[in-house]
Amino acid sequence: MKRQLPLFLVLIFGLFGIVQYFIPHEKSEWMYEFLLDWIYIIGIFALALGIWSLMRVSWDKIKHKRQNWQYSIVTLTGLFAMIFFGFNYFRDFFNSAGLQNYMFRAFFDHIMIPIQATMFSLLAFFIASAAYRAFRARSLLATLLLISALIIMLRFNPYLGFIGDYMERTALWLLNVPNLAAKRAIIIGVGLGMVATSLKVILGIERAYLGKD
Amino acid sequence: MDAFSIGTYLWTTFGAFLTLCIFSFLYRDNPFYKFAEHLVVGVSAGYFVIILWHNGLQPNLFNRLNDGDFYLLWLNSARPWYLIPGILGVMMWTRFSRKKSWISRYPIAMYMGIAAGIAVPLEMKNRVNVQLYSAMKNVEWNNFFGTGILDSGSAVAQLIILIGTLSALFYFFFSKEHSGLFKGVARFGIWILMIGFGASFGYTVMGRISLFVQRIQYVGNWTETSWAHPSVLVIWFLIVGVFALLLLLEFIKFLTKRRTAAS
Repeated sequence: MKRQLPLFLVLIFGLFGIVQYFIPHEKSEWMYEFLLDWIYIIGIFALALGIWSLMRVSWDKIKHKRQNWQYSIVTLTGLFAMIFFGFNYFRDFFNSAGLQNYMFRAFFDHIMIPIQATMFSLLAFFIASAAYRAFRARSLLATLLLISALIIMLRFNPYLGFIGDYMERTALWLLNVPNLAAKRAIIIGVGLGMVATSLKVILGIERAYLGKD
Repeated sequence: MDAFSIGTYLWTTFGAFLTLCIFSFLYRDNPFYKFAEHLVVGVSAGYFVIILWHNGLQPNLFNRLNDGDFYLLWLNSARPWYLIPGILGVMMWTRFSRKKSWISRYPIAMYMGIAAGIAVPLEMKNRVNVQLYSAMKNVEWNNFFGTGILDSGSAVAQLIILIGTLSALFYFFFSKEHSGLFKGVARFGIWILMIGFGASFGYTVMGRISLFVQRIQYVGNWTETSWAHPSVLVIWFLIVGVFALLLLLEFIKFLTKRRTAAS
């Protein structure tokens, strides 16, 4: 019963999710909106599990003085500071005043954005070293990959002179024609894969999300 | 130049410091990088807690029940059925208990059922049908070569897109052996895929590089501001002076220790 009833619920809600799309009635639309709210709210409650897990792992590290435990203090400080300022010093739980709090915005603008942007920019270096290994023209396919990437990367180069114009037009053609064909095929493949996986979930073939007994 | 504010300057200084902390990873993993990395994990988690609370739970749950009474568990609200997703959400927390974790299967099952059910028609429409429709639209035969070979709107380009899409899809079709004509089609499909991957790769690299340039400009602007304000420079010289003194003391300590060990 601990597994059968959840599987039955998946089937019922799944079938309803498919059928409602084909019923152009306001009651069906209302139900659709309501169920969308449901999954959004349940999803937000699930976030608490992740936050709890982060807190427990960090606290365990500090408690048992595991390797690099000092940095867990930094993590927890960042987490609690953000929550403290986001609730406007624990004064405004049920209005959005916390989102305008000076410290909350400063943490976002001067800690989160610089670190995340720099981490992404750091990938420029690692991607370049990966390219060196991947782009050695050892076969026709690797050569196609190399030429295509080079044209896209060099198109804004101001030192190319008159070749630059051709390079830019070729890059645009590559992006709009073969790249579009490849992307389109991948998107269709992903769509079909999503439908197949959803049907497996609805029919109870895929049930790993229920966990073990 | 914008009006100078010491608060903004100090925050920007911290931002520049964190930027350099992350860049220090290019040398190797070090305590500065670890500090910035752990800080962003905590701050990001806290940020999402607040955003999802204020922009998610508040409008979708609390605001819909706020006409009810807390002491009556909001049952007197005009829309008491919004208590159901709230209760289901709380049931998710039984995941913390080993014995009661089976209760969390009900909200997970509902979540999966609704999400999977909605996904079937939407994915078919948005990813499959729309893409197939765009690929099969009428070819403009009267504009066969367009303005030249690099014209993306010509009929030739449209045909390459259509044939390329079908060939690339065929490359992933394994129910029939890739031999004879099918081998040729699949081969053309992989060429198209490789050109597409190369273009995506180049595009990503350019995006990362522009992000890198922007970070360098951020640090550059911060340096310019530092030089433009003498009061700030005095603070910096003091900080650098103290830091240099500490380094000097450490170096003297190191030399003394080595001399003692040698004697």
